[in-house]
Order: sequence, then C-alpha cells, then structure tokens
Amino acid sequence: MNAERMSKRPLPSPDDPLVGEFWEHCNREELRFQRCAECRTWRHLPRFACAECGSQRWTWEISSGRGRLHSWTITHQPLMRDFAEPVPYAVVVIEMEEGVRIVSGVRGLELSRLDLDLPVEVVFETVAEGVRFPFFRPRPD
Amino acid sequence: MKIRAAIVGIGETEYVRGAGSTPVEMMVEAAHAALADAGLRGRDLDGIIPPPVYTTAEELATTLGVVDLRHAVTVEMGGASPVAAIGHAARAVTEGIASAVLVVVGWNGYTAMRPKPGARRVRVPEFQATVRAFRDFYRPYGAVLPVQVYSWIATRYQRLYGVPPDAPGTVAVAMRKHSRMNPKAVMREKPLTMEDYLASRWVSEPMRLYDCCLETDGACAVIVTSTERARDLAKPPVAVLGAAEGHPYPADDIPARTDMLKIGLHDAGPRALAEAGVQAASADLLGIYDCFTWTVLWQIEALGLCRRGEAKDWVRGGRIELGGEMPINVNGGLLSEAHVWGLNNVVEVVRQLRHEAGARQVAGAELAIVTGYGDLGDGSCAVLARSARV
Repeated sequence: MNAERMSKRPLPSPDDPLVGEFWEHCNREELRFQRCAECRTWRHLPRFACAECGSQRWTWEISSGRGRLHSWTITHQPLMRDFAEPVPYAVVVIEMEEGVRIVSGVRGLELSRLDLDLPVEVVFETVAEGVRFPFFRPRPD
Repeated sequence: MKIRAAIVGIGETEYVRGAGSTPVEMMVEAAHAALADAGLRGRDLDGIIPPPVYTTAEELATTLGVVDLRHAVTVEMGGASPVAAIGHAARAVTEGIASAVLVVVGWNGYTAMRPKPGARRVRVPEFQATVRAFRDFYRPYGAVLPVQVYSWIATRYQRLYGVPPDAPGTVAVAMRKHSRMNPKAVMREKPLTMEDYLASRWVSEPMRLYDCCLETDGACAVIVTSTERARDLAKPPVAVLGAAEGHPYPADDIPARTDMLKIGLHDAGPRALAEAGVQAASADLLGIYDCFTWTVLWQIEALGLCRRGEAKDWVRGGRIELGGEMPINVNGGLLSEAHVWGLNNVVEVVRQLRHEAGARQVAGAELAIVTGYGDLGDGSCAVLARSARV
C-alpha cells in the first residue's frame, strides 16, 4: 500500500537523494545530521557543500538526540486537509547539542509547558508503514 | 553610482474579495492607470518587473504595447519583491539600461483560495510545494503557512522581550483606524477595538486572527524613470533617494539562523538609509510591509527607530497613527486596506508625498520610507522624497 495514503500527515517527497538520506536514517530510528568531512562542521538542512570550508565531502553522523526548545508555534486552526493531528498542536524548533536546529513536534508534553530552552530528547514514532519520524519529549536537565 | 530616479506614475485596481478578473487582467488595468497618471503610453515603457509566478514581462509587454523591451527581470523575494523591484528599476534608469520601468503586482489572493461560484480562477503553485524546507521538513509536522513559520520568530521575540498582547494589537487597531478614512479599503466599514483584537481567535500562537493581513484580489503598478525624464511628465515626481535589499542567512530556512530574530530588513534598512543620507527618524511617514502585526514591530526596530525589543512601547500613544509622530500605512495597509504585496502601501506613500491624499493627508509630508518583507523574512527598503528635495 502507498505509504502516503496510510499516513495521517504529508510525507517528505524529496527530489534529491541528499534530502532522502536524512529521512532514510530516520526510518531506521537514527537521527543523523550531515557533518563536513574536512572541517567537521555539523549542518542541517542537508546541503551539497560545507558553507564554512567549501568541502563537498561529508558523513552522516549520529546525533546525541538531546537538545533544547528554541522556539515554537501552537496552531489552533486546522490549516491542512492532509494533516490529521488534532488542534491545537505545536510545531517546534529544537536546537540539538551538535548546534544544528530541526523542526519537529512534541510528545509527552502539555502545550502549556512549552518554554525557551526546555531540555528535550528524540523519540521516534511510526507515521506510516516503514516511515518513522523524530519527535521530542521532555528529558531531565 | 548614486540613484537618480523617480516614481512618476501610480495605478491601482479596485481591492475586493471575489474579483471578476484574473491576475494578468488586473495587472494590465493597474498598468494602464499608472501610465495615464504619468502621461505616458505603453510604448514609452522599455522595462518591466512583474511579480514571480503570475505572468512574465514578455506577456505584459505584448499586452501593453511595449515594443522595445530592454530590461525584463523578476525578483524572487515573495512580498519583499515589489520594493526590491523599485530599487532595481531605479538603478536601471540611473545607468541608462532603460528609460521607463513598470513595476507591477496583481493576484487573486482571495479568489484563488475561496472562489465564488462561477469565478474565473487561476491556480498558482503553492509556496510550500516549491520551497524545499517547507515541503520536506516543515510540512510533515503541520507547518505550511507564513503565519506558522513567522510565529517561530514571534514566540522567541515575545518571550525574550516580554511583548504583551496589546503591542501587536496596537498595530492592528491603528491600521483599521486608517482604513476607515480610505474609500478603497476592504475593511473601511468594520471598526476594530482593542477588545475585539484581544478576543479574536488564535490562528497559530502567538498570532491571532487580527494579527494576519487580508486575503484580497487586486493589482498595483508604479512607473520609475530617470530624474531628468521625470521633470516633463504629468505629476510631481517622487524621488527614489536610496534602495536596498537584504536576506537573512540562511534565507531558505528560518530555524537554522544563528539569530532567528534578524530579518532581511536589518541589513536592507541601514543600506537604503545610508544611500539616501537620512535617518529613519527624519521620515514623515512610513509604508511598512504589514503582512502581520508582529512583522511591523520587527521592521520598526530594523529601521533603527528604536532598539530591539522596544517596539512594543514605541508603537503606543498614537505615534503610528495619522496625526502622530510617525504615521504607518495611512491607507490601512495589508491588514485593513488590501494585500497587494505591499505595492499598495508604496502607492499610498507616493500619493502622500504628492499631497494628493485628501482627508488622510499627512501634513507637510516630504520624506518617507517603504519596506518589503517576504518569503522567509527577506527584506527590502526604499527611501522616497517629494521632488522638491531633489
């Protein structure tokens, strides 16, 4: 069955293998970000070259999975026909320990408890057959 | 090279929710109005800067009878495009690449999404389908609209600087008050009090319904010529003293920015003001791209009118209203007149600088600043002056 049809949310539809690779790692429950093979700078979103040193060589390195809440919005109005999560829901920006930031959602956290720099950790959730997304839940500081 | 350029013609369609015409028809109508205002004909134009997506310079040239099109460019900065386009037009006429450049925007921002029965509807590619960050990283988590991604900036700004709800509310109420004096404004018959604002529903926190601009159909056009050419035309020229654009880094992904609160106008504003040789505080009025009340607060700070986090107090006490020290968007802006990618705010500023604004005229208006804000926070800025200053 088409994974998109099973999903209660739109799935990434990358038109290049680079973006696809980020999500492939997620499907294996591994949060990996690009890291420059030369100057070792982490980066996200995926890019074809390191903006620091220009190198076009990189590795996909595993993240500690830990980060802090950098910002968020709480959406109260259903704005998407293909997104079944009930309102209100939060779309959050997490700053990972590696320094990169990622857009995600929260699990196990009342929306009223959202706060700047709240410590969080990654938790994977199956969103469609064979498709796993990283979400974030509170962790002890 | 110092800019020597002026806005010599302005044109608008009606602003409505539910238009009988398509974006290209509306743009042609606005362009004809701007040509008539300037005392020019289509064949006097030799440059066209259309908006992205909806048309091409070549399509408009053919429809307007522009037989010698020398300068055809498109600016890809979302809502920041029109003001950036005025900068490109001003430089093109200064350098002699073109002699008269049309900057035009028109769209069916209402009808494309909410067509009335039988409406001729032009579909356009959805922003979130074409921008990779949206498509592959934001949308899967339920973020598809500007109100959501700008709210990432707004939440952090609100928390770091303790912005109370009535600060953005002050902007919403002021814009609505202005629209009541504007017969063209879509919201002219709908007063808005602070109580109404505070009671309005959340769309995506911290943004409420009345923090968001209107969805409307309409078009605007301006014509830019060299300062010399401007002297012979029908209306008093409005000089372009400075113009610049700025793009936050990285421009295509808000969360990755070291300082998420830094927008394109933090670079564009000082550049345009330096070129014009003026301070923002010397302006008599502003045309600020008010896609959201919150973005107005950030742009006030980016222009240097107050420090970061201080706009919440700066906007109070009637300062931004007609009769105040620094009126903003006397037409009612995108929040209460219409959303024509901010080119309607530019048209209003030109009208004000010509002293043609009637009952809502800012007394003695000589100098104004217009801004654009778009895509994921790109910024553009132009400094405009009544021609007597040139």
